[in-house]
Amino acid sequence: MFVIKCPYCGERDQTEFSCHGEAHIARPDNPAEVSDEEWGEYLFFRNNPKGIHFERWTHDHGCRRWFNVMRDTVSDKIIRTYKMGDQKPGVQDV
Amino acid sequence: MSNQNRTMFGGRIDRGQVINFVFNGKNYKGFHGDTLASALLANDVHLVGRSFKYHRARGILTAGSEEPNAIVQLGLGARTEPNMRATEIELYEGLEAASQNCWPSVNYDVGSLNNILSSIFPAGFYYKTFKWPPSLWLFYEHFIRKAAGLGYSPTAKNPDRYEQKFYYCDLTIVGGGISGLLSALAAGRSGCSVLLIDENPELGGYLLDYNFSINEKDGLKWIKNIVDELYSMDNVRILKRTTAMGYYDYNYLTALEKVTNHCDQLSKTTPRERYWRVRSKKIVLAQGAFERPLVFADNDRPGIMMASAGKKYLSRYGVLPGKSVVLFTNNDHAYQTAFEFNDKGAKISVIDTRENIDIRIQNKCEDLGIKLYSSFSIISTKGNKKVNQIEVQKVDRKQNELSGECITLDVDCILMSGGWNPAVQLFSQSRGKLKYDKVLNTFVPDKLIQDQIIIGCNNGCFDLSKNLNHSYQEGLNAAKDLNYEVADNINWKGEEEISFTESSVEPYMLGKKKVTKGSKHFIDFQNDVTAADIFLAQREGYISVEHTKRYTTTGMGTDQGKTSNVNALALMSHIHEKPVDEIGHTTFRPPFSPQTFGAIAGRSVDHLFDPERRTSIHKWHEENNAVFEDVGQWKRPYYFPKKNENIHDAVKRECLAVRNSLGMLDASTLGKIDLRGPDTAKFLNMIYTNAWSKLEIGSCRYGLMCNEHGMIFDDGVTTRLGDDHYHMTTTTGGAARVMSWLEEFLQTEWLDMEVFCTSVTEQWTVLSISGPNSRKFLQELTDIDLSKENFPFMKFREGKVCGIDSRVFRISFTGELSFEVNVPSRYGRFVWEQFMHHGKKYNITPYGTETMHVLRAEKGFIIVGQDTDGSVTPMDMNMDWIVSKKKQDFLGKRSFTRSDTLRSDRKKFVGLLVNDKKTVLPEGSHIVEKALKQPPMKMLGHVTSSYYSPILGHPIALAMIKNGMNLLGEKVEIPLMNGKVIEATISDTVFYDKEGNKNNE
Ligand SMILES: [Zn+2]
Repeated sequence: MFVIKCPYCGERDQTEFSCHGEAHIARPDNPAEVSDEEWGEYLFFRNNPKGIHFERWTHDHGCRRWFNVMRDTVSDKIIRTYKMGDQKPGVQDV
Repeated sequence: MSNQNRTMFGGRIDRGQVINFVFNGKNYKGFHGDTLASALLANDVHLVGRSFKYHRARGILTAGSEEPNAIVQLGLGARTEPNMRATEIELYEGLEAASQNCWPSVNYDVGSLNNILSSIFPAGFYYKTFKWPPSLWLFYEHFIRKAAGLGYSPTAKNPDRYEQKFYYCDLTIVGGGISGLLSALAAGRSGCSVLLIDENPELGGYLLDYNFSINEKDGLKWIKNIVDELYSMDNVRILKRTTAMGYYDYNYLTALEKVTNHCDQLSKTTPRERYWRVRSKKIVLAQGAFERPLVFADNDRPGIMMASAGKKYLSRYGVLPGKSVVLFTNNDHAYQTAFEFNDKGAKISVIDTRENIDIRIQNKCEDLGIKLYSSFSIISTKGNKKVNQIEVQKVDRKQNELSGECITLDVDCILMSGGWNPAVQLFSQSRGKLKYDKVLNTFVPDKLIQDQIIIGCNNGCFDLSKNLNHSYQEGLNAAKDLNYEVADNINWKGEEEISFTESSVEPYMLGKKKVTKGSKHFIDFQNDVTAADIFLAQREGYISVEHTKRYTTTGMGTDQGKTSNVNALALMSHIHEKPVDEIGHTTFRPPFSPQTFGAIAGRSVDHLFDPERRTSIHKWHEENNAVFEDVGQWKRPYYFPKKNENIHDAVKRECLAVRNSLGMLDASTLGKIDLRGPDTAKFLNMIYTNAWSKLEIGSCRYGLMCNEHGMIFDDGVTTRLGDDHYHMTTTTGGAARVMSWLEEFLQTEWLDMEVFCTSVTEQWTVLSISGPNSRKFLQELTDIDLSKENFPFMKFREGKVCGIDSRVFRISFTGELSFEVNVPSRYGRFVWEQFMHHGKKYNITPYGTETMHVLRAEKGFIIVGQDTDGSVTPMDMNMDWIVSKKKQDFLGKRSFTRSDTLRSDRKKFVGLLVNDKKTVLPEGSHIVEKALKQPPMKMLGHVTSSYYSPILGHPIALAMIKNGMNLLGEKVEIPLMNGKVIEATISDTVFYDKEGNKNNE
C-alpha cells in the first residue's frame, strides 16, 4: 500500500485516496467535430504500460483535490505527484 | 501432580503457580510460564494429534510458531478456535484443548485406515479420482472435507472485541532476539522512535535456551539489562505476543497482537486481539531461523522432535522429553542439545551423517560417555503411538548406499537437526530476493528492495559475535540515515560453546531411496507429503516448483511449510541433479501465521460495519412504527403500518391518502448541492442535457445527467436561487457520485470555470407534502402566498413555515399538487410534528419509500438506477424532450450519435399491463414474444418496476422492451420462475392523470 504525497496536504496513506485511471487524456475541444474513431479513442482506449504511468488520483478523505501521479508500474514507486494543469514531467526527469 | 518428565530444577517457569488444564477431556497440571506443548510433554503426553491425510499419530515437533503437527482446537463454544499451535499457546487456568483430525478419539482413530490404504492415496489422488464426472464434485467434496478433518469454526457469534491500531514510527524491528534487541538499543539510544515486535511472551530469543555469555556477562542477566533499558526509553515501544503477519509496499507492516488470549479471564475493557497497521521509515528484520528436519523413514512418530525444540523444552520449561534419546544430526550445533540432555540425566547417543566430525566434539562425546555413530543414518523407526525403537546403518558416502550391519536401538525420543533456515517469509513478502547458500544448504536473503535492514540469523549469518556487532551497528546506521545524533558504538563479544557456522552442514538427502529403507519419509508433516510424493510429481511432469507445490500440496498447510519447504526443494534438486538455485522457490504470501478474521475486521462489525445515516426526523419515524429500508447508507421509512396492517394494506392506505387528500414524505435524504459562482449557468449547461441559460431566479428545472458514453447517470431538480446561486438536488444514492462528478470536471477539464460546489444534503430537512389538500393545508402555516397565480408549478419561494425560515419548492414526484418544504435540519422534527398536528383535519398521512415508488410509477416518472441501469440513453427513456438540440456541447452529447446509441432496435421504456388484471410481475422478469418450453426463445426485454396501483385497482409495470415504442398495444409473455406464463400488453408509461392536470391546480 502506497504512501502518496498529496500536492496540497503532504504524505498520506493510500487509504485516503482513490485512483481514476490514466492522466492527460484531454476531452476534445469540440466533440461534435471529431470522428467516431477519435471519440472512441477518447472514451475507451487507455495505456497499460510496464514502466512509467501517469494517472489521476483524488484525495477523497482529505482536501478532495484531484492531482496527477507519475508511477513506475514495475517497482510501484511513485516518482512524482503534481497539480492538475502542471506540465507533464518527461521520462527524462526521473 | 504427575509432571513425571519435569526436571527437579531449572527452566523459566514459575513452579509456585500450578495451572489446571484439560486436554482431550482429561485433567492435567502445569506451571505458569508453560506452553500447552511443554505442559503436555511434562505430563508424558506425546500423542497430540492425527495427521491430515493418513491420520498418523503425531506428536510435538517444534517449540514455536513453525509447528506443523501439534495443532489443536482451543477453547469452547463461541470462543473456540481451530488450528492453534500447542507450542505457542500459553497455559492459563481452565484452558481446554482437543486434538483435531481424529474420530472418535486421538488414540482410536478410524481414519488411520487411510494409512494402511495409503498406497491408493498418493499425491494427486483427489485430482485423479474425483475429476469426473464434474457434476459429482459437490458430492465428493462433502465427504472429502469431512474426512480431511481440520478444526471446526464456532457457530455462535464471537463475543470478543478486536481493535485496530494505526502506528507510525522511524524504525520497526521484527524479532526480539539478541539481534533485534541490539538494533533497538542502538536506535533507541540515538533517539529514533522504535517499535519492537516479538511473537513470544518473553524477549531474548534463543539466548533464553542457549545461555552463553556476552561481553563476559551471563546471557540471561545481559538480556534483562537491555530489556530494562529499552522499557525505560519513551521513544521505544515494545509489543510482545505480537506476530508480524504481512510486509507490503512502502514499508507497510501488519501485526497481530494477542492482548488477552493468554489470560484465563477476558477483560471487558481490553480487546482480545489488536491488529497493528504500521508504517515506518525503516524496517529491521531480525526473525532468526527455523531448524530444518531430516528426512528419513517414518520420521513423523510422536517422540521425534527438532533438536533445538528439545533444548528449549529442557532449558526454558524444565521438561525432559525422553530418557533414552538419540540425536540425529548433520551439523555440530545440535551437539549442544546432546550435552544438555546428557547433563540432565538422559541416556543419549548421536547419529551423525557426516564422516568428518570436529575432534573436540568427538573427544567431548567420549568424555561424557556419549556413543557417536559417524556416517550413519536412521533407516527405520518403530512405535505406534510413540517412537520406541530405531534401526541405524552405516552410509557408504561414495556409493551413496547403505552398508554394514543394521543396529537396533531402543529409544523414547529422537532429536533431529538438518541445519537452519533463515525465516525469510517476511523478507520475501517485501519483494526481497533470495539466493541459495551452498554452505548452509538453504535460501538466504540476497537483494533488499525496500528501505529495510536484515540482521542476525535472519540474514543467514550464524556467527554470534559478528551478529552482535552488526546488529548494533545497523541500529546506529539507521539512526544516522534518519538524521539522529548517533550514540557511541560498542564492541560486542559473545562466547558460544559450539557455533553453527564453524562447522559444515552436510546436505543430507536420501539418494533415490538408497540410503534409507522403510515406508514414509515425510517432507511436509502437516499436509502429509512424503518424499515419494515429490518423486511421483516429478515423474508425472509437475517439474516447476509451483506445480510440485500444488500437485503434492507441500507447503500449503496452515504452517505454510516453515519446516518443509527447503527440504522439498532440496529433494527436487537432487532428483533433477540441478542446483537448488535453478529449482527456485515458491512465493511467500501473507499472513506469516494464521490470523483471526475478527482482528482484520476490528470494530467494523454489526452497526459499525458501514456508517448509518439518519434524518432529523428519524426518531419520530421509529416512535411511529416505521419499517425502515436501506437506501445507500441512509435509513428511510419504507412504510408506516398501523395495527394489523401488512405492507400491502399500509401502502394502499398511504397511496390513497395522497391521491385523495394529503400525504407527507421525509425526503431529506435527497442529495443537495449548493452551487455558486459566475460560471454556474455555463457549467450546468455542460453537466445537464437540457438548457439552463434562461432559467429565471426563483424557478426550478428538472435535469438529466449523462456520462460521456451518453448514458443516464443521475437526475434531479435544480433551482436558481440568485444571480450566481443555484440549489441542485440529486438522487439519494447518487449524491456523493454527483458531487465527485462535478468536482472532477471543475478540477480537471474546466479549470477556468469559477464554480464552487458545497454539499448541503444534511443541512436541510425536506418535508414533501402532496395531495389535493396540500395548498390549503400549508397556507394555514406559512406567510408565503401559495396561490396558483403567485406560486405556480416549478417555482421556488422563501418565507416562514411554522415560524421557521424555509425554502419552499413547488415540484412534484407524485403527480399531485405538491410542495417540498426545506427547513434547517435542527427544526426538521419540530416542523414535521407541527404538520402532523395541523394536518389532522386533512387526514395527513406519513408515507414511505414504497408508496413514493408506486405514486411515481403511476405517473411514469423514472427512478435512475431502477428503471435505468447505466446502459440507457435519454432517448431510450423517451426523454428526447429534455435533450437540447441547440446546445453545441454537453457531457454525453457526442455519444448520442455513436452507431450503437443510434440503433433502431434499442430497448425503449414502456408501460406493461397484465391481461389478468391481478398478477404483480416480479421486477427483473424477462419478457418474451412467446414463451416456449425451454430456451432459446425470442427475448424482448425485462420488467424494471412493478406494483399494484391502489387508485387504479390493478397492477402496473414499467419495462425496457426492444423497439418498444413501435409495439404499443402488442401482446407479450412473461414466464415466471414457478413455470406460469403471464400475458401482458405494452402500453405507454403514464397510467394515471395522463393529461397532467393535477399538479397544475
Ligand atoms: Zn490533499
